[in-house]
Amino acid sequence: MAPRLKLFVPLILFAVLAAFLFRGLSLDPTALPSALIDRPLPDFQLTELADDRPLTRDDVIGEPALFNVWATWCISCRVEHPYLQQLADSGVPIYGINYKDEDAAAQRWLRDLGNPYRANIVDREGTLGVDLGVYGAPETYLVDAAGVIRYRHVGVIDERVWRDTLEPLWREVLALETTP
Amino acid sequence: MTMLCKTALALWVLLLALPAAAVIETYEFSEPALEQRYRELSQELRCPKCQNQNIADSNAPISQDLRRLLHQQLEAGASDQEILEFMVARYGEFVRYRPAFNAATAVLWLAPVLLLLAGAAGLLLLLRGRKQSPATLDSDEQARLAALLQSAEKDA
Repeated sequence: MAPRLKLFVPLILFAVLAAFLFRGLSLDPTALPSALIDRPLPDFQLTELADDRPLTRDDVIGEPALFNVWATWCISCRVEHPYLQQLADSGVPIYGINYKDEDAAAQRWLRDLGNPYRANIVDREGTLGVDLGVYGAPETYLVDAAGVIRYRHVGVIDERVWRDTLEPLWREVLALETTP
Repeated sequence: MTMLCKTALALWVLLLALPAAAVIETYEFSEPALEQRYRELSQELRCPKCQNQNIADSNAPISQDLRRLLHQQLEAGASDQEILEFMVARYGEFVRYRPAFNAATAVLWLAPVLLLLAGAAGLLLLLRGRKQSPATLDSDEQARLAALLQSAEKDA
């Protein structure tokens, strides 16, 4: 290497390091990639929150929908609740997975704050949660008409998350359904 | 210190000790070998929520669930391999502190070796460059050197 070029080695190293560190600033280390992307929604035999009727996988698939993992002990769930209501009102089907919660508290929550959910799957022991790879609430799964998980969002859904991430995927899934 | 004070202090210390005792539940195993495997696996499996703890040390609800599942599966006769596959299918390679070698984890496994090789290559280049530096002068350069030295003597 020419001696003149050698002088640039520290600068190049700095640039590479800076690029990596800069990228690191915008990464969320607590958001894990889901192992279930492009896998079918796991099977389950659970009940509905409101009336205790049995619910299985077949009852909730058939059209694209969001599956929102929530609980009354989860503070961020309360934060995202109004936005979920807004989404539901605009016609997006949302199923709730009431994760490791108490039925009475969850029913009161829906009565007081409104119910954006088509149905609520009671996952008291967290078994469906484990099958889904849930590690905290809120988490939201985008499931297509065939019952295949397309995306997982960890954390609160707000207008920005919906506009930037979920809505494009949602439109993709809807388009897939209408063009067989 | 009065007796009352001492009692209050003792109670306060006791209060501090209570949560520590309540952190990790214990499981009964039908065989000591299972308990040993439970200990090893719960140390190798990583808590997805707290990230820098294994599920043996973490008190996150998800770690409690995973420990319960681990106990159930061990008692049901699952092999270590089956249990790890079960966990990885749900939580990804992230859940293992020693992830399997595949396309996604290749960088993780190979980076240290590659960096070591790059460092060794750099060092080698540097050392070789240094060896060449005390270069010998050819006849032309020696003549110029002699001329310069002579002119310097004249000036002095």
